[in-house]
Amino acid sequence: MPAIIKNQAIVESDYQWVDGEIDLSTNNLLLPLTTYIAHQDKLSARKDVGIWLEAGENIEDAEAFVSKLPIVALNFPAFGDGRAYSSANILRRKFGFEGELRAIGDVRRDQLEQMVRCGFDSFQMADGQNLEKSLAGLNSFTYNYQGSIDRPEPLFQNR
Amino acid sequence: MYIYDKYDQTMVDERVAQYRDQTNRFLAGELPADEFQQLRLRNGLYVQRLAPMLRITVPYGMLSSLQIRKLAHITRHYDRGYAHFSTRQNVQLNWPILEEVPDLLAELAEVEMHAIQSSGNCIRNTTSDQYAGVARDEIEDSRPWAELIRQWSTFHPEFNWLPRKFKIAVTGAKEDRAAVQVHDIGVRIIEQDGQLGFQILAGGGLGRTPVLGAVIKDFLDQKHLLTYIEAVLRVYNRYGRRDNKYKARIKILVRAMTPEVFAEHVDTEWQTIKNGPGTLTEAEILRAKSFFSRPDYKQLDEECSALDQQITDNFAFKTWVGRNVKPHQQSGYVIVNLAIKATAVAPGDVSDEQLDTIADLADKYSFGEIRVTHEQNATFADVAKNELFALWKELCESDLASPNLGLLTDIICCPGGDYCSLANAKSIPVAEAIQKEFDDLDYLHDLGDLDINISGCMNACGHHHVGNIGILGVDKKGEEFYQVSIGGSAYSDAALAKILGPSFAQAQIPNVVRKLVTLYLDQRQEGEQFVDTYNRIGIKPFKETVYA
Ligand code: SF4
Repeated sequence: MPAIIKNQAIVESDYQWVDGEIDLSTNNLLLPLTTYIAHQDKLSARKDVGIWLEAGENIEDAEAFVSKLPIVALNFPAFGDGRAYSSANILRRKFGFEGELRAIGDVRRDQLEQMVRCGFDSFQMADGQNLEKSLAGLNSFTYNYQGSIDRPEPLFQNR
Repeated sequence: MYIYDKYDQTMVDERVAQYRDQTNRFLAGELPADEFQQLRLRNGLYVQRLAPMLRITVPYGMLSSLQIRKLAHITRHYDRGYAHFSTRQNVQLNWPILEEVPDLLAELAEVEMHAIQSSGNCIRNTTSDQYAGVARDEIEDSRPWAELIRQWSTFHPEFNWLPRKFKIAVTGAKEDRAAVQVHDIGVRIIEQDGQLGFQILAGGGLGRTPVLGAVIKDFLDQKHLLTYIEAVLRVYNRYGRRDNKYKARIKILVRAMTPEVFAEHVDTEWQTIKNGPGTLTEAEILRAKSFFSRPDYKQLDEECSALDQQITDNFAFKTWVGRNVKPHQQSGYVIVNLAIKATAVAPGDVSDEQLDTIADLADKYSFGEIRVTHEQNATFADVAKNELFALWKELCESDLASPNLGLLTDIICCPGGDYCSLANAKSIPVAEAIQKEFDDLDYLHDLGDLDINISGCMNACGHHHVGNIGILGVDKKGEEFYQVSIGGSAYSDAALAKILGPSFAQAQIPNVVRKLVTLYLDQRQEGEQFVDTYNRIGIKPFKETVYA
């Protein structure tokens, strides 16, 4: 399993990101949304199975069952594709998802802080990213103007 | 003017530190060029044809004399002694050195300035009316609202990687000097049943597919401004096209969905955050407004007999007052426009000396503030009538008193092929050639209000679609040609210009403009401006005269 950043530290990933065929009896899987939905009757009792969504997939499609999942991952097909930030916002704020929210795909150091603010708490970094150095990307700013998932009150509420 | 507190200052300082680190990592080979490009763009740094170009943010166009002096210093120290006022109320430097940009930004931060989000696919500088707070036709000052939007959009974590750039403009006056109809979001302050609120437009824009924005909210309570805009951005961020950069602006999404359906999507999303923590509090609105209180005006009569006498005695002064000076809310005061459009200087370019002079004159005559306008000019918003003549004399000494505001020679023009790597054609030499062709001031004044806008390519930074005469550089088998359109307007009667026909070589352009305005002079009826005549007689006679 690859190393990931989770809760501001480097740890080994506890889930296998599955993109393609897999024996569903394997432990600790991160399955495509469509695969999960297709096998939901068998999988819904499992505590070690989460889902991942492509940037263009609707997070609303997971609304019905997402609260029971331990983990949701959102893919960044390219670091410049910002759709998953909005999916994360909706997942946390509207659906009240409290499990682990992982960023996967083209995840790079200079976007980590934005991801944290949108509700991500673990990161499987893109190939070639230095994890040690990436930790520095988590905290560049002391204050923020607008509210976000990690701190819903905008600055003006306390100014 | 807005003044930073420790929060604002810390954010800007921390961005400088972050950007310095990003630059160092790029120079050390740790950050790939494609990634650094996106990061530096979000801090205003382009790499252009000849050198990098740095776009410095000027929120809603306001600058203090301290900031202008700093800009003068920066152009001397880091650049070649001049700066460029852009059509987005920003200031651009054409020759900074990539390695020195972090130091340059640190100097800007000392005077509460930055280049944050002045480029890239994120929310850009919020613009407003250059006469905000002083215009006679004002319903409410738009600047506090523009400032609230600026803060909300700065480093918004969710909307930093949009399908495409995103521009918001706010107007609080009857006449729309902020061109809200051609912005991604246009915010109009309106009054309904004695209540102030906002009308929201979405999906306007220039560029390759020019469209006027559609009203998506008839009346929005003021406290909901930020949550409503958040909902618009979320719908756009999720559903805007990302497969084709020419179809990625919000205008395409709004049209594809239809404005009604788009508005429904926004409303559904908005219902989930309306009245949430992002809702503006009374205290915050008052705080924002407190920075834009009226300056310490002297008690003056509206009538100023000394000024009347000076106008009678001096014809050049009279001409300048007639064109460049506008009425003010406060009795005994006027708004003064400096047309920075001397022939043979690129439109919008100001030298370091001129910047210093502007700063000194602002201190002396206008409470130490200036505003940068969309027309690439500068405005002194608060000049006492009894000091106007003295100000004019000083402006004359620095070549800042051209009396051509709004006239044909007050050309709006993008940097074009001389500087911009995206250009199809040069734009500055075309502006110069037109200015040279029309050097007779009496004739120009007789022509009256006439906007010429020039863009070097489809990106339309010179806003050619809304020029009364719009000129667009096109590439024809490797040669620079120009497509001419007419009948656009950037004001409340906003309209998109129509293309005349086949394009022209550069050398033909002054003559084409000459033919167009000659036809107008022949055909105009009492009181008609160029666009009025065009609207009455249509494009056909103009076509005939140009292609005859
Ligand atoms: S219109 Fe085109 S040529 Fe002109 S500045 Fe914009 S991108 Fe460059």
